[in-house]
Amino acid sequence: MSEQQVYEPRVVAFLCKWCSSAGSDLAGVSRIQYPANATPITVPCTGAISPMYIMSAFNKGADGVLVSGCHIGDCHYIEGNYLARRKMQLIMELLEFIGVEPNRFRMSWVSAAEGAKFAQVITDFVNDLKPLGPQEKLKKAEHS
Amino acid sequence: MSKKRTGVFVCHCGTNIAATVDVAKVAKEMAGEDTVAFTKEYVYMCSEPGQESVVQAIKDNKLDSVVVTCCSPNLHEKTFRDNATRAGINNFTCEIANIREQCSWVHNDKAKGTEKAIKISRSVVRRVNRNQPLDAIAVNVTRRAMVIGGGVAGIQAALDIANAGVEVVLVEKQATIGGRMLQLSETFPTLDCSQCVLSPKMVEVKRHPKIKLMTYSEVQELTGSVGNFQVKALKKPTFVDPDKCKLCDECTAVCPVVVPNEYELNLTARRAIYIPYAQAIPASFTLDESVCLGLNPIVCGKCKDVCEADAINYDMRPETVTEDVGAIVVATGFDLYGQENMGELGGGKIEDVLDGLQFERLCSASGATKGHILRPSDHTEPKNVVFIQCVGSRDPAKHCAYCSKICCMYTAKHAQLYKHHVPDGRAYVFYIDIRSGGKGYEEFVQRTMEDNDTLYLRGRVSRLYRHNGKVRVLGTDTLSGQNVEIDADMVVLALAMVPSKGTTEIAKVLKIGRDKDGFLAEAHPKLKPVESVTAGIYLAGAAQAPKDIPETVAQAGAAAAKVIALLSQATLSRPPLIARVRRSHCTGCGMCVDACPFIAIRLENGKAVVNEALCEGCGSCSATCLRAAIDVKNVTQLQIYEMIEACLAV
Repeated sequence: MSEQQVYEPRVVAFLCKWCSSAGSDLAGVSRIQYPANATPITVPCTGAISPMYIMSAFNKGADGVLVSGCHIGDCHYIEGNYLARRKMQLIMELLEFIGVEPNRFRMSWVSAAEGAKFAQVITDFVNDLKPLGPQEKLKKAEHS
Repeated sequence: MSKKRTGVFVCHCGTNIAATVDVAKVAKEMAGEDTVAFTKEYVYMCSEPGQESVVQAIKDNKLDSVVVTCCSPNLHEKTFRDNATRAGINNFTCEIANIREQCSWVHNDKAKGTEKAIKISRSVVRRVNRNQPLDAIAVNVTRRAMVIGGGVAGIQAALDIANAGVEVVLVEKQATIGGRMLQLSETFPTLDCSQCVLSPKMVEVKRHPKIKLMTYSEVQELTGSVGNFQVKALKKPTFVDPDKCKLCDECTAVCPVVVPNEYELNLTARRAIYIPYAQAIPASFTLDESVCLGLNPIVCGKCKDVCEADAINYDMRPETVTEDVGAIVVATGFDLYGQENMGELGGGKIEDVLDGLQFERLCSASGATKGHILRPSDHTEPKNVVFIQCVGSRDPAKHCAYCSKICCMYTAKHAQLYKHHVPDGRAYVFYIDIRSGGKGYEEFVQRTMEDNDTLYLRGRVSRLYRHNGKVRVLGTDTLSGQNVEIDADMVVLALAMVPSKGTTEIAKVLKIGRDKDGFLAEAHPKLKPVESVTAGIYLAGAAQAPKDIPETVAQAGAAAAKVIALLSQATLSRPPLIARVRRSHCTGCGMCVDACPFIAIRLENGKAVVNEALCEGCGSCSATCLRAAIDVKNVTQLQIYEMIEACLAV
């Protein structure tokens, strides 16, 4: 058990270019420290995130996947985050159906002004993932 | 596809990156990538020798793509892409890996930071491997600008742009331009009259052949992008023809409706038909539809009956106007933090407790008291006036965390004006610190203290309440360590500046970011102080941050210069990162057509076709397509999958 508690989860964080990636930049400019477990991938918009990306990340061994975009109503592309929200809801239901812990996937809204919130989102997510240990359910077996 | 020859350039950023990321290890790891032909690390990659070394390396090693691992792409993506062009390769084969803002600055642990920096760098190297050389799309520029907000910032920006020969549409919500500055009596540190400074500029705006003035109008919708915006504005009906109105004032004499006068900050009343200020621009009365008895000649119609010029027309209707412009300046100004938020100071319910703007109106020759300082409750001259600074400012626990910047100066000005009006009166100022940075500002505050005999007390006020016809002020003087009790005839609160209500609304309409305090966010705190995060939209004045008049005018001039520079180009280049259809995979299901927020995709002969002029490259289509038949150029699904893999490689 104690071994699982110190497990360092590997997280892929999909950030939209306009809000959450800019928010992560602000966290940097403000020097707000947060765990280094999440590796960011910046995409133009959360609406561009195919559900397949999420499954692919789990497939490749991610212990958690974060999708973070502009607040609802603030999308730079008018309605991309509405589209994303619908898709991500389906992903959550699918993950639950196939028995992946719901805490392994998270969606958040972080604006360009919310550096502190970005750091908090990552910190909370990593803290919630630690007790879950490695994600094995969707991970593809290693090729020899 | 022949194998790419990528160069990876790892920047130390002084010690900003190198202190928490092992840059040599990042470079070594990247050298192990299949497509990487060259790696280099350098202390400041963005400096002249740094950039030059990138150019040289591209040429010497026949590199066809570049990854610079450094700060956020918001800072130096353009720098290094321009540099790639200089070296003779396509600029869209250059990408930035952000290992500063997203890594070195937020992680203290060097081992973990280095590991993450390697993952980020590797993912970008893999992405670049599939980047296509692209050419920017040239778009024509509409050589017109719009300025939103007709205060001193908007007026200055409009005049500067118009004087360069570019047509300007100036949109103002109120019935007159002039904004907050018009409400001021005198300005610090010279005590020159605010109207005397501003009115000539207002007239110039009115007369300028290149300025189209739209007062009583609100921006409702924005479409298009830099160089070619379409702005929809609602022109509210004033029910008075400004060309016919002779300003005779007969209509207000007969109007039966009396409501508080917002221009006088509710210190006086106005009629339903009114002129905000005698020298208003445009010089015309306005009929306030929201309080008029109904614009129905059977119900009232008194103003129309009495108007000899026949200027009043009850049949005016709201009008929607669409303006094509190439650039926009947002100058929507500030409001004061509401007194109702300050419970311990009476919450706005104690008589003779005024805010700073109300005090300006009391001092102003054009105000209700004709420039005599009289307390509102009984119209007597106040002999003891307490000014309280930092009301709502510098209070992260309950109110605004920031300093409103101008209150130290205008409180000093208020105290001087009060002493000039009431020489035998006593002025007290409660302050936390005096912040008087600025040309002639410190001297001005010293004059207030010494020559004008104002008592400055360092401390906060805990409570205000009415007592024997006066306002009792309970405060503390932290320098002498004593509690202070003053029975004041009048109290003036230097309330915090907050973004105006219009600023909040316009940020939503234009989709430009706001900072944590709600002010409009600049694109970069140091290097892009007048640009918004959206290309082609610029910021000026107190809508961006609290600032005084000289700073506002300077920022407006800077925004105007940016607009003029932008619109002086014959064409603009638009990033070509837009959607592309793989016709062999497209089944013509039309799901991308429904997903596109910009109506940029249509079906033609059973295949999706992208309108390149309309596509913004958001990628909603690619996330919807079941057969991966549509992708955004250089952010393809294949690239993302390989980035995911790189992020998870140990």
